[in-house]
Amino acid sequence: MIRVQGLNKWFGEHHVLRDIDLHVAQGEVVVVIGPSGSGKSTLCRCLNRLESAGSGEILIDGVPAPVEGRELARLRADVGMVFQAFNLFQHKTVLDNVMLAPMKVRGLSRAEAEKTARDLLARVGIAEQAGKMPGQLSGGQQQRAAIARALAMRPKVMLFDEPTSALDPEMVGEVLDVMVQLAADGMTMVVVTHEMGFARRAADRVVFMDDGQIVEMAEPNAFFESPTTDRARNFLAKVLTH
Amino acid sequence: MSALLDHLPEFWQGLIVTLQLTAASFAGAAVMGLVIAALRVSPVPVLRGIGTAYVETLQNLPLLVLLVLAVFGLPEIGLQAGLQVTATVVIALYEGAYIAEALRSGVNAVSSGQGEAARALGLTFGQSLRHVVLPQALRTVIQPIGNIFIALTMNTSLAAAVGVVELTAAANRVNLLEAQPIPIFVGAGLAYAVIAACAGLVTGRLERRLAVVR
Ligand SMILES: Nc1ncnc2c1ncn2[C@@H]1O[C@H](COP(=O)(O)OP(=O)(O)O)[C@@H](O)[C@H]1O
Ligand SMILES: [Mg+2]
Repeated sequence: MIRVQGLNKWFGEHHVLRDIDLHVAQGEVVVVIGPSGSGKSTLCRCLNRLESAGSGEILIDGVPAPVEGRELARLRADVGMVFQAFNLFQHKTVLDNVMLAPMKVRGLSRAEAEKTARDLLARVGIAEQAGKMPGQLSGGQQQRAAIARALAMRPKVMLFDEPTSALDPEMVGEVLDVMVQLAADGMTMVVVTHEMGFARRAADRVVFMDDGQIVEMAEPNAFFESPTTDRARNFLAKVLTH
Repeated sequence: MSALLDHLPEFWQGLIVTLQLTAASFAGAAVMGLVIAALRVSPVPVLRGIGTAYVETLQNLPLLVLLVLAVFGLPEIGLQAGLQVTATVVIALYEGAYIAEALRSGVNAVSSGQGEAARALGLTFGQSLRHVVLPQALRTVIQPIGNIFIALTMNTSLAAAVGVVELTAAANRVNLLEAQPIPIFVGAGLAYAVIAACAGLVTGRLERRLAVVR
């Protein structure tokens, strides 16, 4: 579903991604962990081309990412993205947030888009918030609305960049539950997170990144029980004691 | 006072021309401002360059110079248009640069995550600007744009210098007959003040109506 080969990315002189190779199969859930600044967000943003790749190749469902314009917009429509900061459109109701892209990008009628949107809002458990503005919702509700908004495009892949890092602790669970359910429904997912519980529960593979490289890649149990590199061991020692 | 009352029809006619100039050139400036602001925030460097060049050029020339150039220069190159039409177009192009700058500051005030979320959903750059970024940007720049509208209203009086008989020119003509500058220009000034006050009321209302809950 996702095939990344020899991906490199520079910000000026700063070499942020180094020779990344990553294949994600249909229906697979890959959790990406690693210290802050290791390039996890940049990798996510390269996957739907919010950042351009410096060199290397990214194929989504066998198709190379186009460079600009409408083709690129179409690719992004197939790749859902959930941000740490939710990024709900502040001037639109929750329902309109979910309906906008299906109408403008997929050409759905208002009635069709509204039906899909209400179904999805019910699925993430916030059906009764549909008419509210984003600012009136709790962080957990906003993030669930953002997930519904991404799902409304019927993406082939979902990318999550630290979806629970901006949430108060008591709201983390409600968002993770939605993601676990989504994984169980067979969605292909790449999830950057520090929630090790989620990785154990839902991931097929864990990717550990450090300093722009993929240092280690393994099944969750193998990774958490017996990491093979010192860097992964040190990182785990730090996050797991907190 | 009688100098004013005796010449009400002339004043009225001048006021109508001022209102026409104001409305038409503000509409033009709004369209122009949107286009230029879109160019200035575009991801394509060439388009950004064009937008910047436009703003820099028009903001660095006095409107009066532009009006005189257009009125006397355009016929030289074979472009003939009525004085009022020429003045309207020139004012629209000039004020468009200011509206573009106001809009751009509004766009910059909208967090970059909004545009990114829109593009991540598959909206094109134009769609994300139109449906997500600009509607939010507009809310933050209602007041500055109201001020540009007021400045534009006052600037229409420069059209008098190239022969358009708007309110200021009408007042001047009446004064040539009556030689009573104080009541005549106070009267004209009051008319401008009323237009500005109306603009202030409208922007105040719009701001309250469109306030975004955060
Ligand atoms: N737009 C940018 N311009 C310059 N440097 C950036 C930009 N975005 C990220 N970086 C740098 O790239 C590195 C990786 O960042 P990021 O992918 O956000 O890491 P992570 O998500 O793993 O914390 C960091 O050193 C960061 O400072
Ligand atoms: Mg990050």
